[in-house]
Amino acid sequence: MIAVAAGTNRIDPYLIPALDGVAYGLLVFVAASGLVFCFGVANILNLAHGLLYAIGGYTAAAVLDGGWASLALALAVGVLAAAAAGVLLAGLLTPVATGNHLSQALLTFGVALAGGSLLVAGFGPDNPQVQVPAALEGSVMVAGHRYAAYRLVFIVVAAVLAAGLYLVVRRTRAGMLVRAAVDDPEMVACLGVSPARIRAGVLAAAGALAGAAGVLGAPIIGPGTGTADTVLLLSLVVVVLGGLGSMAGTLLAALAIGEIQTLGVALLPSAAPFLLFAAMAAVLAVRARGLAGRWRTA
Amino acid sequence: MRGEVIRRVRGGIAALVLVGLVVAPWVVDDYTTSILARTLALALVGVSVALLTGVAGMPTLGQTAPYAAGAYACAVVGSRISDVGVVQLVVAAAAGALLAALTVPLVVHARGVIVLMITLAIGELVVVVLGRWRSVTGGTDGLAGIPAVRPFWGLPALASDQARYLYALVVVATLIGAVLVLLRTRAGLVLRAGRDDETRLRASGHRVALHLSGAHIAAGAIAGAAGSLLVVAQQYISPADFGFDTSALLLLGVVIGGTASVGGALVGAALVIAVRDWLFGVLPGHAPLVLGALFVATVYLLPTGVSRARVRLRPPGAPALRPDQPATHDQATVAELHR
Repeated sequence: MIAVAAGTNRIDPYLIPALDGVAYGLLVFVAASGLVFCFGVANILNLAHGLLYAIGGYTAAAVLDGGWASLALALAVGVLAAAAAGVLLAGLLTPVATGNHLSQALLTFGVALAGGSLLVAGFGPDNPQVQVPAALEGSVMVAGHRYAAYRLVFIVVAAVLAAGLYLVVRRTRAGMLVRAAVDDPEMVACLGVSPARIRAGVLAAAGALAGAAGVLGAPIIGPGTGTADTVLLLSLVVVVLGGLGSMAGTLLAALAIGEIQTLGVALLPSAAPFLLFAAMAAVLAVRARGLAGRWRTA
Repeated sequence: MRGEVIRRVRGGIAALVLVGLVVAPWVVDDYTTSILARTLALALVGVSVALLTGVAGMPTLGQTAPYAAGAYACAVVGSRISDVGVVQLVVAAAAGALLAALTVPLVVHARGVIVLMITLAIGELVVVVLGRWRSVTGGTDGLAGIPAVRPFWGLPALASDQARYLYALVVVATLIGAVLVLLRTRAGLVLRAGRDDETRLRASGHRVALHLSGAHIAAGAIAGAAGSLLVVAQQYISPADFGFDTSALLLLGVVIGGTASVGGALVGAALVIAVRDWLFGVLPGHAPLVLGALFVATVYLLPTGVSRARVRLRPPGAPALRPDQPATHDQATVAELHR
């Protein structure tokens, strides 16, 4: 793609990677927002979050057959399956829900390990191929360059999803509870909302988001043995970079990661392995205290 | 009186284990000996995890980062510059300490679960870098054919599995002895006091961030040295040796052993690694499933919460430990500091 793009002027060759970066960033945003909720609202470090994405990805690989109906079906099945897995996880977490992060980390890691193994047992060790709807197979022209139609549509869909998420969190009662629970969990408990129900709801929502990201993002970060780890890592970096409770921060961090992963590789191929690390270090070094201060440190 | 008995029994067990470890290579076959040597290296990383998690109160999922830095530094030095073990150890420890020092600004102001997240991200990013920085690390293929180490100038190269194992045992025993001595000094007391009551320690004029930085760098050096032992044991390394699962396993081992005790950390880490290696042998393909179930079971079986596993040792029904109660032997108080 870069070879096709080269030659017209100095900005042109980087247009396609930059666009790829937007797609990648939005995908990471949708996946990571679940982890942010989980940690911010239920105060749970969910190391099985990548597994929820992988469930969506494998669903996409199993269900998609090139038609639009199969895409709708894959989306429904993937979202439901990942949300159900989230509820299951909430149930498993009940005995260690109050406070002890070390136990939560070990428990969710155990679930990730076992669940990943079950996925590989069910779908085989090879990375499956994902078939997008035939109408999105081709490429379209963007400013004189060919660009994969699916990615363009993905950018639009993910942007709509992100906007919807923003509206839900800002404007609905559920969203208000979510924000209130981040600020003052005791007060929300006083309102008569059971913490166990909040936890189950949040993990289900996190699962649904990760499942949707897994289905739609399958052509970008496809299902495979390393998927869960990759998505968990990217989500963690987004949480670390974006801070908590701020949707805008999360989105900004996700887009930055997308651009680093695509534009960064095109611009500075030799430094590419270090860019993500350097970005995280730079942000944290500049505002480490502020970041830590905004987080509940219990 | 009871404490004295417990201490003697514990000392006796430690001595027995040490004797067992020394004679082990003549009892078991070469393959098991090389696994034992690798387990020793990982147990040493476990000690550095215990130092951070249990003693300093910074739970870490990223000690594979300085471990990897030490291992790769040692591998590069070993194949290009020197096959002298002391040199490799010093270089590896320095590499681990350097990486830990670079990441100090990231972890030292955070607490609790934030440290878990940040260290996890650091560990994973280091694995990504190892996989892509092909010119130095050999990428995902790893580095092979690292020459056998000679412990000191003028000594012969260690050609057998037994010799390499004994070298690792001597190094691990020495370093752990050093850690135990260090923990008995004032620095160890300050670290534990900070873990138990940071506000009071800060109020009494101690610079908590400085002490935590020191602990982080020291733990990095220990993990780095352990990395050089891995190179000695395997003569081959790849990014797969430093994955996220290794970090989580080490943390689980340390938690099982009791986070605040160095001996417990050693036993726990060795146990967990042994179970993993044994499972991979008897259940090809299904080991992660069983291992994951084991994680979940462990968390449930330590009901008071794994980070306080040692509290379980008190008789049932005894009141929970509170800051205003007399400290047990592994609880430091700020008051103790001012005696």
